Amino acid sequence: NRREDTVSSYASGGSCWTLRRNSSQKEWYLLCASGDFVKVYSVNTEETLRLMGGHADLVTGIQLNPHNHMQLYSSSLDGTIKLWDFMDGIPIKVSSLGFYLHLHFYPLSGPHSSVLLLVSDRFFFLWSDTFQLVSVKLTKGAGQDLESKELSVVLDGVGASVKHIAFGREGAYVVSVKDVTLQVYFFKRKLLNRFSLSTVKTKGGDNRFSCVVCHPTEDCIATGHADGKIRLWRNFHHRKEYTYSTLHWHHDIVMDLAFSVEGTRLLSGGVESVLVQWHNESSCQKDFLPRLGSPIEYISMSSDGALCCTLHTDNRITIINSNLRFSRSIQGLIKSRDVKTGLVVDPRTKALVLNGEPGHLQFYSLQSDQQLFSLDIVQRQYIHQAGLKQSDLVKVAFSAQGTWLATVEESEEVTDPELQLKLWFYSEETQSFTLNTRINTPHDNHITDMCFRDMDELGDDSLILVTTGRDCVFKVWVMVEDTDPEGKSAHESVSWSCDFVGSYHNYQATNCCFSEDGSLLAVSFEETVTVWDSLTWDLKCTFCHPPGNIRNICFGRLTCSKYLIGATDYGFLCCWNLLTCALEWSAHLNIVVLQPDPLSEHIAAVSWLSKESSLFVFKPNEPRPLYIQRNLCKEKILLAAFVPRDEPETISSEKYLWLRKSQLFFLTDTQELMTLSTKSLEERLTPSSKQLAVEESLPVTPFSLLLGKHRHQQAQEDTDLGKPVVHNKQEQASPAVKELLHTPAHVLPSASFLCTIFINSLLISKENKSAEEVADEVEMESEKADGDSDEEDVTVMEQEDTSPMELLGEMTCKLSKSQEKELRKIRKMDYSWIAAF
Amino acid sequence: MAAYKPVVVQACPKLGEKITQDTLYWRGYKTPVQIKEFGAINKIDFSPVPPYNYAVTASSRIHIYGRYSQEPIKTFSRFRDAAYCATYRDDGRLLAAGSEDGSICLFDVSGKAPLRQFEGHTKPVHLVGFLSDKYRIFSGGDDYSSNLWDIPSATEIISYSEHTDYVRCGCASKVNADVFITGSYDHTVKLFDARTKSSVLTIEHGHPVESVLLFPSGGLLVSAGGRYVKVWDVLKGGQLLVSLKNHHKTVTCLCLNSSGQRLLSGSLDRHVKIYSTTSYKVVHSFNYATSILSLALSPEDETIVVGMTNGVLNVKHRKPEEKSENTQKKRQPAYRTYVKGRTYMPKQEDFCVSKPVKRVLRKYDKLLRSFQSSKALDAVLEPPIMLHTPEVTVAVMQELHRRGTLRSALAGRDEKQVNLLLTFVARRVIEPRFTPVLVTVADMITDIYQPVVGQSAIVDKQFLKLQEAIGKEIDYQEELLEVLGMMDTLFATFTKKKDTCLEENKSNGVTEIIETNMNF
Repeated sequence: NRREDTVSSYASGGSCWTLRRNSSQKEWYLLCASGDFVKVYSVNTEETLRLMGGHADLVTGIQLNPHNHMQLYSSSLDGTIKLWDFMDGIPIKVSSLGFYLHLHFYPLSGPHSSVLLLVSDRFFFLWSDTFQLVSVKLTKGAGQDLESKELSVVLDGVGASVKHIAFGREGAYVVSVKDVTLQVYFFKRKLLNRFSLSTVKTKGGDNRFSCVVCHPTEDCIATGHADGKIRLWRNFHHRKEYTYSTLHWHHDIVMDLAFSVEGTRLLSGGVESVLVQWHNESSCQKDFLPRLGSPIEYISMSSDGALCCTLHTDNRITIINSNLRFSRSIQGLIKSRDVKTGLVVDPRTKALVLNGEPGHLQFYSLQSDQQLFSLDIVQRQYIHQAGLKQSDLVKVAFSAQGTWLATVEESEEVTDPELQLKLWFYSEETQSFTLNTRINTPHDNHITDMCFRDMDELGDDSLILVTTGRDCVFKVWVMVEDTDPEGKSAHESVSWSCDFVGSYHNYQATNCCFSEDGSLLAVSFEETVTVWDSLTWDLKCTFCHPPGNIRNICFGRLTCSKYLIGATDYGFLCCWNLLTCALEWSAHLNIVVLQPDPLSEHIAAVSWLSKESSLFVFKPNEPRPLYIQRNLCKEKILLAAFVPRDEPETISSEKYLWLRKSQLFFLTDTQELMTLSTKSLEERLTPSSKQLAVEESLPVTPFSLLLGKHRHQQAQEDTDLGKPVVHNKQEQASPAVKELLHTPAHVLPSASFLCTIFINSLLISKENKSAEEVADEVEMESEKADGDSDEEDVTVMEQEDTSPMELLGEMTCKLSKSQEKELRKIRKMDYSWIAAF
Repeated sequence: MAAYKPVVVQACPKLGEKITQDTLYWRGYKTPVQIKEFGAINKIDFSPVPPYNYAVTASSRIHIYGRYSQEPIKTFSRFRDAAYCATYRDDGRLLAAGSEDGSICLFDVSGKAPLRQFEGHTKPVHLVGFLSDKYRIFSGGDDYSSNLWDIPSATEIISYSEHTDYVRCGCASKVNADVFITGSYDHTVKLFDARTKSSVLTIEHGHPVESVLLFPSGGLLVSAGGRYVKVWDVLKGGQLLVSLKNHHKTVTCLCLNSSGQRLLSGSLDRHVKIYSTTSYKVVHSFNYATSILSLALSPEDETIVVGMTNGVLNVKHRKPEEKSENTQKKRQPAYRTYVKGRTYMPKQEDFCVSKPVKRVLRKYDKLLRSFQSSKALDAVLEPPIMLHTPEVTVAVMQELHRRGTLRSALAGRDEKQVNLLLTFVARRVIEPRFTPVLVTVADMITDIYQPVVGQSAIVDKQFLKLQEAIGKEIDYQEELLEVLGMMDTLFATFTKKKDTCLEENKSNGVTEIIETNMNF
């Protein structure tokens, strides 16, 4: 339990897919299943409006209720189907199905009301790959946990993906594909047609199905194939006389297909990251929307056909106009194939910087869960094709002020890595980084580490960049000013060049690190750490802790700046004293990540041992760690970063005191970004959801206006009379009242169900009450003293509303369960009280 | 959605001097006119009034040249021995010159015989000048004295003998009519005020002073002597502002340009250096055939005249400003066509379709965008691109290699195209910046066309050429390595600290290569 409190997934890097429908009032919503949540985005503002949580496992499918477009079904691996009101983010109905595997479901319209079809791998097929399509009758009741037992199998042996099943026009038939077979089941005729393609791969052809969609108005099925062909099936009512035509443009697997609302256009997408629009099912008329950034995984059309959206493999949603123009994109943390750059914090924006799109550097804002911008580093056209040697960004370093950015890119080729070191200068006018210097092949072999000399007080003149390479040297790069006396601006005439090349016994240089004051440079050469004077570039001393190569090194900060920390391959964490040149202490830990906090002495170390990651936080001057978190998560933590907080947080517990100035983020090997939070999940979620409920879902009714006015007056009055206690109490009661008053009536559960909740919300604990009574007395007195007639009216009203509550409180405390009947009467009285408003 | 990114062509910065505003300005002179004089030219002086004639003092003659004349328009030759330092008065009507026999002659520029002759110096007079009140002349002679003369009466006003060696240079202040300075071989520059009996200020230059110069404001003084040019603040009592050591032989002459922004110095090392007077850095330099003795710049920087020790006068005229009249001649479309449709204000119900901005792509980029690799390669194998911008060709080849389509783009070519390709490869494969790519290309070509070797004489010849080029390059690299090894041993013997310095030396060769690859 405690673990859940402290570790929380920050940004889901997991798979998500989307379906989007619009509602009226020109407001567009985009619904998207993301991890355990369903997210609601506003298309206009690209912001996340709501986060609907409640599923215990991955959400596998979402579908709008065909009968009510304000409602949404979602299914999850935890075996439940939930019906949501996505405008308010409130679950209306939960149906538990009792089996805990893949669920995709399709609410059917027309005569089959309240029938859902599900693909499920039922528990007796647990170990086989066969999935079934079953229909379930969901009960109409609005209970919280309903068991649905009425199951009937429709199709056997269907594909496991959402894309493998499609429903024909008006729900007349269902189509499913798997491998090379296509099954069509007609509901009315109870007829199953099965078509097979040949399995023989001829001329690179691969007939396996990858996705299927049905024409919205005609009897036509479009299927995508692994070799990039699209087949359009007709006449599939007949087992023999069926026909199909082929459209071929994609050179690789067709990932998804979508028909337009009228069915005149067909959209297809694949790994080429090109959206292809086919007109009238002919292969000669087609339009392209190329260079969408990354492979298209899902395509979805809005219900009126005005917008289309594509979901990409890198966790990004692109919204496209009906005339095939790029409109906007919604992107959080872009998932890249491999985060080679590490987690770096941009000192200027406090954004997390890491690999984004191929060849790009993404600046990800942690506060808003949004990508701030993406900087094109490689500046080459990316070809989406398997087997190509792509060049990508491998190292990133920022100078202390964030004015300089150094990047290293290399291609995947082993023999000739095509290394490039680029130095970027932040220009204030354009508010972005501009390329200053490009250095081809800075090292003869791969660059292993890179760091700037961070010196705030000395300014840019002292800026030094050190790169270490597998070619057994480290190089020092300095800024060189051009000798143009009439140079326009200082930084335009500045370029970088190599100043010093150092090596140590021809060992490969693996890590480098500057001390806090910049006077010492530590470079690790395989088993040895060497310390160099950064003024004269003399070798000062060496440390080593055999056996095992040095994996990480870092200097201590502030009061611990005389220590050098190193972690070795053989599972040792060592701390050397730079003054005595001796080993201070060492610990036996398999450290994967060593990350010093830039604002304090603390150093976080993440160890990986027997399939679990543990976190240790320590100060270099004490061998005993300050904080230990064993079993942090099951995945291997690859990277960590301390992100400075804007203002130091007040942390009550002694244990988390080290998190006061900065926050710690981790990236696991499944590319999930996690953080260590001192608050529980509920605490963090509630404020936002409540706020949303109050702000967004306030339908302006005469009643709410009246209530608002009354409250306003009351608040004024409170401040006038100085009665904070009464005010507090009013606040306390408000959420329940609000929930009751602002939920649309059609989604409201029955009154009998609500009643208990409502009453409970009005209960007042004992301590509170005594204070309240005192306050009441004060209020009475002050009221008498105050002769204003206007206010009198209101206070009287208020008195009315407090007194039944007090009564209630006393009664619930005193009365036993046997006297519930009387309580019910009071409930009735309660409603009358509302009416009195 | 991103737009198509054009192929990055690796630009290679040109080594050597950088093109700045100054280089463009100072390069804007025509090819020099050379005029042979009778002896070493010790002074050139421009007339301060139009048409800016200039007086050249060489041997026993003073020649006056017009602006574009190659022959002297006037000659003063009434000197028994060598003449020195012919100088114009501010109004350009009088000319004064010293001579070897110690007399100073004053000429009217329109006359022939001297108007006045000032006798008093016992040794040759190398310095003559007018004070800015126009009625007095100052002079300096090898008799260590500097004198002041009255023109109307031709008498000596005062004689200062404070220098302890030859007085060879000097100049008058333009702000104060009484102030002049002289520089001497006794390493000092002295500032005299005609109203006082002795020098006001003495500046120790450190070397025999060959030339002095006062800024028009009178506040800064420049002295040249030895290899140094030094700038002094006179108002601060002769404080050294900056010392410039950009010549490697004695600096003989100094001169300011018309705007006062640039300082020129000529030296025996055959160079004229141009300094910025704000940063005192060299912004440009000229080369001449022989050692320079004198230098002058006409008003508006129209002409640079340089006199050399071998008596050659080098005259450079400024090119006329190129006027961009061609653009104006083109008939502009009528105003109406520009305005047409621009003033339309969209109504509320109008659906606006903005005109997409057209990006201009090169031909090879267009072909690469549509994945036509073979045609893209054809496009960059056209002679103009291949000859003048080989980096474009190589960049496209690299891009094709990255896309994995280089082999198919190279294949299926006829004799002529293969010949073209091989010529390019054989010629460029030895250039270090192209080597990695072109080696792969050469590999592929040999692979692809191996079966047809021997069928065409032309292609076979090209293959042999390629082999020869690579063989030569290998030999060359081997030699270079040998030299590097030799240098390493040499450096190793010089160094005390063995470890670090050795490595530093080793790296020198590597860093140079990197720096040439650098792109700004």
